[in-house]
Amino acid sequence: MLLSIDTSAGTSVAVVDRDRGVLSERGESDTMRHAEVVGRLIQECLTEADVAVSALSGVVGGMGPGPFTGLRVGIAAARVFALGAGKTLVPVISHDAIAYGHYQAGHVGPLLVVTDARRREVYWSTYTGADSVGLPVRAEAPGLAKPTELDVPGWAYAGWPRRDAVVVSAGDLGMVAELRFAHGRVSAANAPLYLRSPDVTVSNGPKRVSR
Amino acid sequence: MNRLAPLVLGIETSCDETGIGIVRGTALLSNTIASSMDEHARYGGVVPEIAARAHLDELVPAINAAVAEAGIRLTDLDAIAVTCGPGLSGALMVGIGAAKALAVALDKPIYAVNHLVGHVGADLLQTGTEPLEYPTIALLVSGGHTSLLLVRDLVSDVELLGETIDDAAGEAFDKVARLLSLPYPGGPQIDRVAADGNPKAIRFPRGLSQPKDMAAHRYDFSFSGLKTSVARFVEQRQDAGKPVPIGDVAASFREAVVDILLTKALAACADYDVPRLLLGGGVIANARLRAVATRRTDAAGVVLRLPPLSLCTDNGAMIAALGAQLIMAGHEPSTLQFGADSTLPVGQIQVSGLPLSLDAP
Ligand SMILES: [Zn+2]
Repeated sequence: MLLSIDTSAGTSVAVVDRDRGVLSERGESDTMRHAEVVGRLIQECLTEADVAVSALSGVVGGMGPGPFTGLRVGIAAARVFALGAGKTLVPVISHDAIAYGHYQAGHVGPLLVVTDARRREVYWSTYTGADSVGLPVRAEAPGLAKPTELDVPGWAYAGWPRRDAVVVSAGDLGMVAELRFAHGRVSAANAPLYLRSPDVTVSNGPKRVSR
Repeated sequence: MNRLAPLVLGIETSCDETGIGIVRGTALLSNTIASSMDEHARYGGVVPEIAARAHLDELVPAINAAVAEAGIRLTDLDAIAVTCGPGLSGALMVGIGAAKALAVALDKPIYAVNHLVGHVGADLLQTGTEPLEYPTIALLVSGGHTSLLLVRDLVSDVELLGETIDDAAGEAFDKVARLLSLPYPGGPQIDRVAADGNPKAIRFPRGLSQPKDMAAHRYDFSFSGLKTSVARFVEQRQDAGKPVPIGDVAASFREAVVDILLTKALAACADYDVPRLLLGGGVIANARLRAVATRRTDAAGVVLRLPPLSLCTDNGAMIAALGAQLIMAGHEPSTLQFGADSTLPVGQIQVSGLPLSLDAP
């Protein structure tokens, strides 16, 4: 069983089991309240699933891509929960959860996943389909783009079936981790996918105050 | 929960230091600090996003280091304490997310506490000194804050007397260092070049000390006028083709800052008839501030408390210490619903958090 936490969009927390599926899932769609709700959602999911911390085999953290302030809250929570519980951290790219949910719903074939990156930009990922065990097969690592760039006819993935998601399900994220583990697949790197450098400007020196 | 000498882990991420502290009652077991200061140096000040990213990278290694140094297991803890404000909100949120997750993972209570009051609480961890007596005036000076407090009781009665209305004192040091082409952080650089300067060479203004300002801002500070005055002096020298006496400028600027800080702090001691002054915050590293504070409190018959520098800069031990004090005084834990409050008032020592309605997935 895994505790799964994602704050790449809103806040989503779940407890999942490879055989029994999603045992509990709680979410808050407000993208400004990650720090307020994350602890309570974890507690509620564990209670609802009736799972003791000691019974977990790991903690799944959604690594984004996502707007950085919120994304960090979930990664910090996942990493430190894993540390406190003495469990393994399993990083998963958040877009994989969206693609997994898409294929679980019966869709097949190529997929372009798009989520909001704020500042009139979007995060995107592409998948060629689901493999034999149901795991989404990523075509290219997540990217950052202006919305119009995805519509340019010459773009490699132009015209792919597109899914614009505002929610990332920690249940789906957790199931991706369960399937990867069960089938011996490597997990993602334990590093946040900000895909953007911090906004900073190096000043040209002090401004004059006298005329 | 052990309320006599609780074992508390404190998490501090309000600015550019990732601080993890572990205390047992008032005994300091670890004060682990990872700073991102070097990453901010080329920008001349703390860049919030760089600080927040560094917190996420440093948290787990810092907790591991603190636990190892303290010789405890996380499961031994009685409680978690975390800074929930004031500070940089994106940075605070990293510590809050981590603290809540740790509390739930360990099934331990959590205390969401005020960073500024934590600075006062750091004093309790000093060894070999008499316990802090109340009431006391506390002057907290750093790159992020300049606050004058009246502390009647650490866990129940802290009053803000005054604070800076523009730049923090530490920021003023950074800005003046840049005017003098000295690197960041400015405090140690100003101290270094001021050693050869005459503090009386140039009379820079003392902000908010004129009678017309004192009515409304008796205990408030202002450093932007001082900074402008230094800039103007430097420009006049340069325009006249004369060399800038860097040592004299640095020493005179520093003297103005130290003078106004201590004049206002000692005025508060006198006005409230409180013969005790506690200093805290990173600017306490300034040798001149410590020296003048010692001399002027002596002359005024005020007992000066000066925690060691490792407890004056932002750290997790002071947060753990304040958490432990709240527990020992019988305060109930915070609920899990609190958030980051970048402007948390100093009078709010602990934040409980109100119940929120949570949507279904
Ligand atoms: Zn501070």
